[in-house]
Amino acid sequence: MRLTGYRRPDGAVGVRNHVAIIPLDDLSNAAAEGVARLVAGVLALPHAYGRLQFGEDLDLFFRTMIGTGANPNVAAAVVIGIEPTWTRRLADGIAATGKPVEAFAVEGAGDLRTIERAARAAQAMVADATELAREPVEPRELVVSIKCGESDTTLGVAGNPALGRVVDRLVDAGATVIFGETSELTGGEHLIAARCATPAVREAFLRTYTAYVEFIASTGADLLGSQPTEGNIRGGLSTIEEKALGNIQKTGTKPVRSVLAPAERPAGPGLHFMDTSSAAAEMITLAAAAGSVLHFFTTGQGNVIGNPIVPVIKISPNPKTVGTMREHIDVDLTALLAGAIGLEEASDRIMTAFERTVRGRLTAAEILGHREFVLTKLYRSA
Amino acid sequence: MTYHALAHRQGDAVAVAVGDIAPGTRVEVRMLDGSPPVAVTAAEPIPLGHKVALRPLAAGEDVVEYGERIGRATQAIAPGAHVHVHNVRSARWPG
Repeated sequence: MRLTGYRRPDGAVGVRNHVAIIPLDDLSNAAAEGVARLVAGVLALPHAYGRLQFGEDLDLFFRTMIGTGANPNVAAAVVIGIEPTWTRRLADGIAATGKPVEAFAVEGAGDLRTIERAARAAQAMVADATELAREPVEPRELVVSIKCGESDTTLGVAGNPALGRVVDRLVDAGATVIFGETSELTGGEHLIAARCATPAVREAFLRTYTAYVEFIASTGADLLGSQPTEGNIRGGLSTIEEKALGNIQKTGTKPVRSVLAPAERPAGPGLHFMDTSSAAAEMITLAAAAGSVLHFFTTGQGNVIGNPIVPVIKISPNPKTVGTMREHIDVDLTALLAGAIGLEEASDRIMTAFERTVRGRLTAAEILGHREFVLTKLYRSA
Repeated sequence: MTYHALAHRQGDAVAVAVGDIAPGTRVEVRMLDGSPPVAVTAAEPIPLGHKVALRPLAAGEDVVEYGERIGRATQAIAPGAHVHVHNVRSARWPG
């Protein structure tokens, strides 16, 4: 494997070199986007939250926002918030990585003065970031993540077993891999439990899984209609169990080393389970906040997901989807479904796309401007 | 194409169509676990990605794919029939 990346001050390795303009809260989106209009080469990350959150939901909010700024794909960050204290808390969390961070509060300054000050900081950061050079890196220095979406049965028989083989190869090479989608393990949770590395991990996994499905049940809602989704059913998936068993194929065969809270950073290499929603943008946002620098996404019916700071490699074995949505697919595995190639060749194709993307080739989602940045909210604000 | 459908394991009740299958087609099924191929005649259209029954299933019987239960048959299902939400239901989230 010939890989290059950006080694950050804390030793973490990124595969992109963004200067992020991060609003602490919904009110600061306008100023962050204002900076992005003035300064070329920056990336604003607008979102809907950050006000009056409390307890576990507030903790997750800060873990996600700090993790996003701390992600090794980000070279430097400007933080803008309405009030100085939380703005400073976010900036300090990111600055712990050693990368350049500056914080600006809108209150007492107004949007226009804030935009000017933040734009001046951002300009200097872009100049410095563009001078950083890629260097050779090893797979063991990379954290990646996996998820599937708009799934159908072609993933279960082809796309996900191929990605599972890639996950095994990356884990063997010393990389860190995150998977999630807690409720979409229903019907196959015993298979993940059996792969947990220790009894303590197994117990944590089953506790986490059970808590999630009990939460869903406690709402009294009928999940039929949303699980499987309309697209899943059109693609031939009949039940949540069938969807889960297909989903699990992509996790490969390696032991599950730990159970992570949403947006929690894995402590070591290997395969890790994160407690997440199965909604694509939420899951990838949480994985990126935990340090994932690249995401593998298999799709059957054609999910167009991307992420602002993490390249998302989209893989499909479905000939109808590859035919009608070609511009969204980075790795065409229709030959695997048709039997023209085997799993080894299919996993080679994904690995080739991985290496090229790590070295800087843009993914379809990056080129098409897919920047889905979606925070997970645990409950309503105060 | 040397096969019309893929099944995960020997003993699975269903296979996944890798292209649109017309009724009356003799459906050649390749087994992903390397066990010997099987065949069944399609009784109705099976769209790409949808499942065809490989053996008779009684109402209430577990439907097995991946060597695991994916749900229960809500009615008797004949070999070659289309297996989907009209005749199989989740055993976990039955609604």
